[in-house]
Amino acid sequence: MTGLRYVYAVCRPFGTPLQAELTGVAGAPAGLLHHHGLVAVVSTVPEADFGEEALKAHLEDLDWLAATARAHQGVVDALTTVTTPLPLRLATVFRDDSAVRVMIEAREDHFRALLDRLDGRVEWGVKVYAEEAADEPAGSAPAAPEKPASGRDYLRQRRARGQAKEETWQRAERFAHALHERLSARAEDFRLHPPQNSALSRESGLNVLNAAYLVPRAHSEEFVELVDHTKDEEPGFRVELTGPWAAYSFTGDTGNTAGTGDGAGVADAGEEVS
Amino acid sequence: MTVVERREIALVDLLDRLLAGGVVITGDITLRIADVDLVRIDLNALISSVNAAVPSPFEPRLLPAGPAEPSEEVL
Repeated sequence: MTGLRYVYAVCRPFGTPLQAELTGVAGAPAGLLHHHGLVAVVSTVPEADFGEEALKAHLEDLDWLAATARAHQGVVDALTTVTTPLPLRLATVFRDDSAVRVMIEAREDHFRALLDRLDGRVEWGVKVYAEEAADEPAGSAPAAPEKPASGRDYLRQRRARGQAKEETWQRAERFAHALHERLSARAEDFRLHPPQNSALSRESGLNVLNAAYLVPRAHSEEFVELVDHTKDEEPGFRVELTGPWAAYSFTGDTGNTAGTGDGAGVADAGEEVS
Repeated sequence: MTVVERREIALVDLLDRLLAGGVVITGDITLRIADVDLVRIDLNALISSVNAAVPSPFEPRLLPAGPAEPSEEVL
């Protein structure tokens, strides 16, 4: 037996059939496995690529990782159009169908609780970038300061630059905090992801807020409008919205999330930078 | 609803969710790939492929060849 079972998500049974041409990871069609009143969305993946050792090696291969992540997301995204899926972590793989069934049995209460909590909700991602990122690598130093004439000049310039940087940072923090307050007031829950490294995102500016908000589908339009309004509110900041996502960021411990957050707060962002 | 331009989702945004989110189930196969390890692997892969000149914000060492010892990894 060379096929393994890749599991994308767990859902409650839904009436609509999956799109016939919905392909998942490794190009195989996604299918449904019903068990105990729940549905696992699965596809077959080759053991040669998803066995433990192979998987570890593949995860270091950016192209493979990207393709797999996009395929995973493609399936989950398709599910969000027909139901509220409970997405699983990337690369959750089982030997065969019966192992998937055993897993469902072991966790069905947990799944049901999470599915109840997420039912009808989606996740929106909001990121804030401070444009005049003080952290830019050399090269494009804006308004290059004059060559210091003396040691004292040098120190003065340095202090001025440090102050400007500090002010930018404080302003960014205030803006991000205020925005986050407003958005979380309109959301049922939120998660603060660690700020993204600009080398990875290739976005300009310094990422000072990288948050996910859990919002009922029915209130999504308002939420999006709220984000939209903030976009030009303050110069020097860029607000980016992504979504709607399946509630990936809200699948943590059952029920309420107080205190279990990742701890990566707005405030933490400062530490990343200094 | 004007904000959402449906351009391709950025890989980092995807990985924020697929590697840090989603229900974690220890499947039959991914036994020992703990969250932290996984994220570190990926970020290292990303960083080195995005731009070799950009120093990694994480430990420069990639995964050791042998079984990883995650103990000293946490902060």
